[in-house]
Amino acid sequence: MHQHPKQILKDGVVVDNSWQVVAADADSLPSGDILVPIAFWQENQQQLADHSGNVGVWVDGHGEVEEFANSITTVPVIAINFPKFVDGRGFSLARLLRERYGYIGEIRAVGQFIRDQLFMMQRCGFNAFQFDSEIDLAAACKSLNDFSDAYQVAADQPEPLFKRHR
Amino acid sequence: MYIYDQYDQKLVDERVEQYRDQTKRYLDGQISDEEFLPLRLQNGLYVQRLAPMLRIAVPYGLMSSRQVRKIADISRTYDKGYVHFTTRQNIQLNWPVLEEVPDILAELASVEMHAIQTSGNCIRNTTTDQFAGVASDEIEDPRPWCEIIRQWSTLHPEFAFLPRKFKIAVCGSEEDRAAFLLHDIGLQLVKNDSGETGFHVFVGGGLGRTPVIASSVREFLPKEHLLTYLDAILRVYNRYGNRDNKYKARIKILVRAWTPEVFAERVEAEWEHLKNGPATLNGNEIERVKGFFTAPDYQTLDDASAEAQLQTLASENKAFSRWLDRNIRAQKQAGYSSVTLSLKPAGVAPGDVTDRQLDIIADLADRFSFGEIRTTHNQNIVLADVLKSELFELWQQAKSAGLATPNIGTINDMICCPGGDYCSLANAKSIPVAEAIQRKFDDLDYVYDLGDLELNISGCMNACGHHHIGHIGILGVDKKGEEWYQIQLGGSANKDAALAKVLGRSLSRDAVVDSIEKLLDVYVENRLDQESFLNTYQRIGIEKFKERVYAPAS
Repeated sequence: MHQHPKQILKDGVVVDNSWQVVAADADSLPSGDILVPIAFWQENQQQLADHSGNVGVWVDGHGEVEEFANSITTVPVIAINFPKFVDGRGFSLARLLRERYGYIGEIRAVGQFIRDQLFMMQRCGFNAFQFDSEIDLAAACKSLNDFSDAYQVAADQPEPLFKRHR
Repeated sequence: MYIYDQYDQKLVDERVEQYRDQTKRYLDGQISDEEFLPLRLQNGLYVQRLAPMLRIAVPYGLMSSRQVRKIADISRTYDKGYVHFTTRQNIQLNWPVLEEVPDILAELASVEMHAIQTSGNCIRNTTTDQFAGVASDEIEDPRPWCEIIRQWSTLHPEFAFLPRKFKIAVCGSEEDRAAFLLHDIGLQLVKNDSGETGFHVFVGGGLGRTPVIASSVREFLPKEHLLTYLDAILRVYNRYGNRDNKYKARIKILVRAWTPEVFAERVEAEWEHLKNGPATLNGNEIERVKGFFTAPDYQTLDDASAEAQLQTLASENKAFSRWLDRNIRAQKQAGYSSVTLSLKPAGVAPGDVTDRQLDIIADLADRFSFGEIRTTHNQNIVLADVLKSELFELWQQAKSAGLATPNIGTINDMICCPGGDYCSLANAKSIPVAEAIQRKFDDLDYVYDLGDLELNISGCMNACGHHHIGHIGILGVDKKGEEWYQIQLGGSANKDAALAKVLGRSLSRDAVVDSIEKLLDVYVENRLDQESFLNTYQRIGIEKFKERVYAPAS
């Protein structure tokens, strides 16, 4: 995954990115705001407490959220990594963080995902998108609004369409 | 039938515009082939051997005459003037142009149709009994539940990128006409002791490379919990289904690996969090959807006199009598019948119809069946609610359009995938095999004497032609670049669902028809009274059939 792009999409607009992703096999921490692997977070609480910048975590889409969710509900950013864009496990993970564990910070998609998934990702609770490839972020924004409504309950909509309109 | 409101309509309209933009960006080189693949698949577009193929959703097989005419029109304008009805009650266009697909989707949206999720690793079209609402053995009409599932599954944000495709069927009757035990989720409508409606939930059935009959995971799910329970099953599958190997990615593999008991426990644990949540159905919504599936304006009729008239006509006309025997089904409303229009005349690929025939089917529906048609998983068309007194007139009109071949349920009513003539996955052609069988068994008296016989043909192990559940199944296989055929016996999709067994080594195409004849000879020699082929096979076993087919030439 791209470790430190200059800009990302967040809350529907293009913003500068201050966060740097720390690789799973990194042996030292960079300065500034960092997203560390969940395993590193769990094992190095003291070192992270002393870190000068802000600290968030990143997890793979297939992470066992039940095992770590309660320990990260107060971090400012949780990044969910997509190893392949067709791997939909990150969609479930984001919904669980939002709807079951009440996480209200930033959920950022990182790794392999594509612009055309943004509408559904947003519905599942993602509010930030850090693309691996160089793309036109302003144009990608449009995909957030592909649909004006939806049938189902999700992280962005607590009531199904049939209870709101019918 | 269900009629879109402004929300349903807006969603399909927005879907068309989304895909139009995606197609444009793909053609401009802004989306790679790899990235475009799931986007086009989830709009029904495959790239086939000769041309793209577009699969259009027919939710639970129900269409209005207006929709049928639109399909006819689309096939004329954008294709070669014919379409194919599939084993999932859908419609396929074989020759669309990729650049024109957004326009085709816009045409579909204008008549409340779409191609959403007809392909790809997502929740597919929900299927059911083609005799829903008119079957005398019905516990409850399954179609409102199919529509509720259709809306829930359409663009479900969490389940668009599952490990593999996902198929749901609902069965509302005593006899199973939806093959629901061969679906990823099979829902059987049941009543509990208090007379309340619920679902017996089965998970993990399916055909394909590893055919499996679904396992029961919950005997009674109260109806209001349907969607939260489906969410729980899909979430467990989305999180834990195998994503490393596409041949082990269906939910059946997960259910088997965990055992059905453990799988059910995991689903129940997930459901504990969702149960009684906001997605729980309320009476208002259930009644709203049921309100679209009310009975048409039936007349009160004297069934006995209608029946007597029919018998008189039948005694005077053998061809009509044969059609009555094979293509007509009684229904619970006195004085009415359900008619199956056969899409299996010899010489035509099973399930194929022309634009002109589609227009005639629409006219017949308007004239005889309240403007509605039903597609079947056997690749035929049903007109329900036909007055018995009008059957003769319907028969004459259907006959002149080539839609009245009296072969429903016989060996010539085979299920057949498009096979190597069209499909890039196929190992072998299937349509020429179907045609050779129909040409061989063209003596109607012999065919009727054989009685009910399901013969299913798939061009490869992906099993689109459902060969595993044919009484006789034929599977195309590749042997060193040549097309060969394996024969299987004893499959059944009904309540006594069973998977067919392989007869023996595979055969060349030339030998298939002769071998089928030998199988039928063994049946005729061994049957007792009115015993069917399947029952004879179940009684005497596979050996006698095997000996005959593989006996050295004398």
